[in-house]
This record gives sequence, C-alpha cells and structure tokens, in this order.
Amino acid sequence: MNTKELTKGFFKENPTFIIMLGMCPTLGVTTQVVNALGMGAGVLFVLFFSNVLIAALKNVIPNSVRIPCYIVIIASFVTIVEMVLHAFVPSIYDALGVYLPLIVVNCIILGRAEAFANKNTVGDSALDAIGMGLGFTMSLSLIALIREVFGKGTITLFAIGNWNGVITIPGLYEWPVRVVSLAAGALLLMGYLKAFFQWFSENRKAKGTAK
Amino acid sequence: MSYLAIFLTYVFINNFILVQFLGLCPFIGVSKNSESAIGMGLALTFVTGVTSVVCWIVYHGVLVPLGLEYLETITFILIIAALVQLVEMVIKKISPSLYKALGIFLPLITTNCIVLGIALINITESYNLLESFVSGVSAGLGFTLAIILMSNIREKLDLTPVRKVFKGVPIAFISAGLMALAFMAFDKALLSNLHLA
Repeated sequence: MNTKELTKGFFKENPTFIIMLGMCPTLGVTTQVVNALGMGAGVLFVLFFSNVLIAALKNVIPNSVRIPCYIVIIASFVTIVEMVLHAFVPSIYDALGVYLPLIVVNCIILGRAEAFANKNTVGDSALDAIGMGLGFTMSLSLIALIREVFGKGTITLFAIGNWNGVITIPGLYEWPVRVVSLAAGALLLMGYLKAFFQWFSENRKAKGTAK
Repeated sequence: MSYLAIFLTYVFINNFILVQFLGLCPFIGVSKNSESAIGMGLALTFVTGVTSVVCWIVYHGVLVPLGLEYLETITFILIIAALVQLVEMVIKKISPSLYKALGIFLPLITTNCIVLGIALINITESYNLLESFVSGVSAGLGFTLAIILMSNIREKLDLTPVRKVFKGVPIAFISAGLMALAFMAFDKALLSNLHLA
C-alpha cells in the first residue's frame, strides 16, 4: 500500500491551508465544532466515491466532456448526502444550510478528480480521497474549535444520551470574544493561520536544505 | 420583500463575500489588480442574473410539476455549466471586445459558489421570478463591490512593506476581515430604518 498518497493530505498538501481550495464552506460552517465535523464527513464521503468512480471510469469518459461528467457524478453523491443528512441528522442539515448543496462546487473535489483520479489507479485514488478528506476535516475542526472556544466559550459535540453534547469553558463562556465567531473574525483567523502555515513550511524547507 | 430591500440585502447586509463567504476563491485569486477585478465582477453579475431567472423557471416549470424537487442540485449545476458555455459563445459572436474583456473569467464562473448559491437561495426564500432576477443581479453587484475594494487595497499593499510570512494570501485575508468588520455596520436594522422590512 502506498501510504504517501494517504498522508500527504494531512499536512504537506493540506487542502485548506497549503493548496487553499474549498474556502467557502471552510469559513461558512465553522461556527460550531459539530458542524465542521458534519461538513468534513460529507466532503469525505463525496470525495471518496467520486474519486473512486472517476478513476474507474477514466478510460470510458471522453476527454472533451470530462468536466461535465465529473460534475454530474459529484452532484449525484452530494444529493445522496443531502437526503441522508435530511433524514437522519436534521439538526446538522439545518445548520449546514446552503453550504451542503454547495459541496458540488467545492474546488477540492473537482480539483482532486482533475489532478489525481483521472491519472491514477482506483486504489491510489481511494487513498488520496481519504487523506484529503481527513485533512480537510481536521483543518475545519481546528478553525471551528478556535472560533467556538473563543467566540462562544463552548465546544459543541454530538449529544449522547442525557448529555446535550455541549462543553462549557468557564470564564470564556461569560465573557466571550464575540468577534471571533462573526464573519470578520473568521477571515482574520484564516489570515493568521495561513501566515502560521507559511512560516512553518518555510522553516521546514530551510531546515531541509541546511541538512 | 420589496425589490429595494432585496437589493440592499444582497449588496450590503448579506454581502456574499464578506458575510456569507461564498465565492472566496476568485475573490482572493483574481483581486490582484483592479482591471481584472472589474472584469470578473461584471462577468459574474451577468451570469448570476441570467442563471437566477433560468433556474427559477426550470424549478417551478419542470421540477415542481413532476415532483422532482430533490434533483435541484444536479439540475442547477448542469444549467449553470451549460449557460456559462452558451454565454461565452454568444458574447464571442456578438461583441468580440466584450469577450476579450470578460472571456477568460467565464470558465472560472461555473464553479463559483455564488452562482449556485443564489439559485438555491432564491428557491428557499421562495422569491418570485422578478425577485429572483433582482437578487441574482444584486448578489453579483455585491461581489463586484467587494472585489473592487479588495483589488484597490491589494494594489496599495504591494507598495507597502509587509512581513514575509504575511505576504500574499494571509494579508489579503486579514484585509478582507477588516472590511467585513466595516460591513457589520449594515445589518437588518437598516431595512427597518428605511421602512422596507
């Protein structure tokens, strides 16, 4: 098994911070941790099945109409995700709102189809999809965690039994930094995180050349 | 809602870039100079106006009578992809000079979240045909406003000493964040103050 295809999405080619694809849902749904996880799972599902199907069909799809074909494949899986979430987890369906059908135009999915799945085998494409999907989910959860902890003073997870799934952080809950949970805070935070990743990867590169 | 209220909502109060985060990729990617920013904005406004109307007609004329509402995502994205292609060909034929200005941006617009987003929002907000058209055009104008402001900021930023790690995308995001702070001044109260809501 080629583990490099799996792990490159976590950091080296992280879709959110390094390649900067799929920005719209990244900032739109990250007001609560649970929404970020829901969005990440949706993208992971769509990415996995569309990557596998496109890799399997790469010799059948004529080159000139490949983009419309990809879009139809992706849109079908997005519709499945929409219907499943609507039926089983309506709270997340409502919270994700318009961002859920917008997975269709999430550049990560079309980008991976175009850059990876139509050149590689089914197995590699599946690993690539899982890696990219997990990388996306992790970045989303990181942003959501920062925004929710500082902006609202809570961490919202899934409700299990009697527990409503909300962890309250004393201090920040009474006096939250409200701006972080607003639109402006998301953009500012994204700027600082991107700067951090730029600094981090440059440091790594500098160390690599010094050796 | 009155047409003026829809216009104000999508240009200022719910600005697609700065409040709803739709269409961030071209917003960061194409805002390096103001000429291409204006071109992108106008091309997008044109496409959102046309697709809003066509998607509304197809949804209420075909999908609802057949009970196929759940196919809206697939239908809309296909309509958008086909329409963008058509618009590109028509402009190329009718006005080569306009094509020269807008042509390179048109393929990018298919995957712009704003186009699909406003088509879906028109349905969830149950706007009528004319309201959908107004909301489509206003969404495009809101994008144009944001991207022109952004490109002017970035042209100035090029001449300013910025720390190396913040160069490029990070400083663009931070400027956009500060712009979003300013746009927070526009909220729903604006509509009630103008006696529109």
